[in-house]
Amino acid sequence: MSRAHLLVLECGPATGLQDGGRPGYQRQGLSGSGPMDRLALAAANALVGNAPGVAALELALTGARLRAAGGSVRLALAGAPFGLSIDGEAVGDHRSFQVPDGATLVLRPPRQGLFAYLAVAGGIHVPESLGSRALHLRAALGGLEGRNLRAGDRLPVATCTDAAPDRALVPLPLDADEPVRVVLGPQADHFPDEAVADFLATPYTVSNRADRMGYQLDGQTIRHGGRGFNIVSDATVPGSVQVPGSGLPIILMADRQTTGGYPKIATVISADLRRVAQRRPGEPLRFAPVSVDRAVALAREAAALQAGLAGRLGPVTSREERLMEANLAGDAVDALAP
Amino acid sequence: MLGSASLTPSNASMPLTEPSFRVLACGDTALTVEFGEAIDPALNAAVLALEARILAARPAGLVETVPTYRSLTLHIDPLETDPAAVEEAVRELARGALPVPARRRLWHVPVVYGGEHGIDLDRVAEHHGMPAREVVERHAAPEYRVVMLGFLPGYAYLAGLDPRLALSRRPNPRPVTPAGTISIGGAQALVASIAAPSGWHLLGRTPVRSFAPGREPVFLFEPGDAIRFMPTDPARWDALDRAAAAGEWVAERVERDA
Repeated sequence: MSRAHLLVLECGPATGLQDGGRPGYQRQGLSGSGPMDRLALAAANALVGNAPGVAALELALTGARLRAAGGSVRLALAGAPFGLSIDGEAVGDHRSFQVPDGATLVLRPPRQGLFAYLAVAGGIHVPESLGSRALHLRAALGGLEGRNLRAGDRLPVATCTDAAPDRALVPLPLDADEPVRVVLGPQADHFPDEAVADFLATPYTVSNRADRMGYQLDGQTIRHGGRGFNIVSDATVPGSVQVPGSGLPIILMADRQTTGGYPKIATVISADLRRVAQRRPGEPLRFAPVSVDRAVALAREAAALQAGLAGRLGPVTSREERLMEANLAGDAVDALAP
Repeated sequence: MLGSASLTPSNASMPLTEPSFRVLACGDTALTVEFGEAIDPALNAAVLALEARILAARPAGLVETVPTYRSLTLHIDPLETDPAAVEEAVRELARGALPVPARRRLWHVPVVYGGEHGIDLDRVAEHHGMPAREVVERHAAPEYRVVMLGFLPGYAYLAGLDPRLALSRRPNPRPVTPAGTISIGGAQALVASIAAPSGWHLLGRTPVRSFAPGREPVFLFEPGDAIRFMPTDPARWDALDRAAAAGEWVAERVERDA
């Protein structure tokens, strides 16, 4: 396979590389990283014929300009609907497309959502660190040289040699108005019953202090019980809702600390983590409790949806046709709106 | 319930009585086996002993384990198993006396105390009403035990601090403390791997990288390891730091029987 490059002409400060993640090192204090929206990474990869966890660019809210160099490349973007154009000509998200050698791809910030994945057919050939290309910024591990991308970077990618037709997917709904489902615990018993009830009944908003490590929420403070707000540190998981002394909850995300000394009132279920990730600062968020069994069933549904992505690929059609298809399929039309 | 004598590590001062645990829900991808809520060497010994048994048995769907001072979290794949099935496997594995890990490693870790490397040494000495030299002696005297690696990669939380040095955390955390910081907070001691915010008291600094991508092993310490701090002449800092940057351990490892 011959090599081309994606040359970064310009990008936002939180543009990095993510793959399926780096499990196995939490015992040594290294969280697993991986995509903030796992389904969107899998969708972008499916569109270019890759396996679900192949490394892709993760874009967060800010746009970018990239140039294909040394050959044409096949790309696709899924997740938050960034505006795309190649040498000034608009091209859709949630479809694959080729960028000819020397052409420039412009990505404009999305109108909704936060994270999107730009996948490259054949993957991005930076070296792996501890078995993964996922960037863990705090640990300066993975990605390109352990850091976010910046202007001037050259990403080695595969040249697109096949003439296969481009493919499209109905964009994945973000279910932004639905509550985020949680399993109570592991330390819900550190809080008075009324505080737990308030946590479940009160709407929160995502604050400006939201990144790949965690989303600090604004809203009603949660009162700790008689045992206070310090616990002897124990492990966290992706989705842990910890409540520090301020009483304002923090949802721990992909690059979180592996252990923490604040009680965790609840845990966001794995199927809903992507929906938290896609909420922007200032956007509302409320919680609803489910059982562990229900959370497991929903994780399996999400996995089935991801496994079925390749089978849902269709020909690239016009925006109007896709809208109609989306309506007929009962999918969220919002995700398609211009 | 579990046997008691066999759970007691050879150097533990207190015998363990009837270690019981409860299982806490952590969503669909993990569960936490909680032996207690305190910093207690006996609890940590039980955690590590149960972990060893679980890692040997590898129940289906187990992804990875995270031992802490007083609990063991099991990260699982909900497509292959579910928390209830793993809990059942754990309860089965926890039956009978738990084996103490057969071999332990001791690390000699060079530390340059005070001055620019340990900016809180004099304040800690003043607080405790002892000379700085005595703080160093007391900090370097014990054999510590790594009870947990957590927070950030390679951060080693240690049990064994001289109670005369215990000191609650600073009211205002510092936004940045350097890699290799040797600090104390409450009754705990810490070896920091990478630069990070911290509210602990900085006594010194080690050139040792407990986390170094590209070096073998990437992570130097394991939970259960023993650590001794070796007070080191500040004049040796630059040479040791260069050697560590080039991939040398700089720490000395001593293997021994438990």
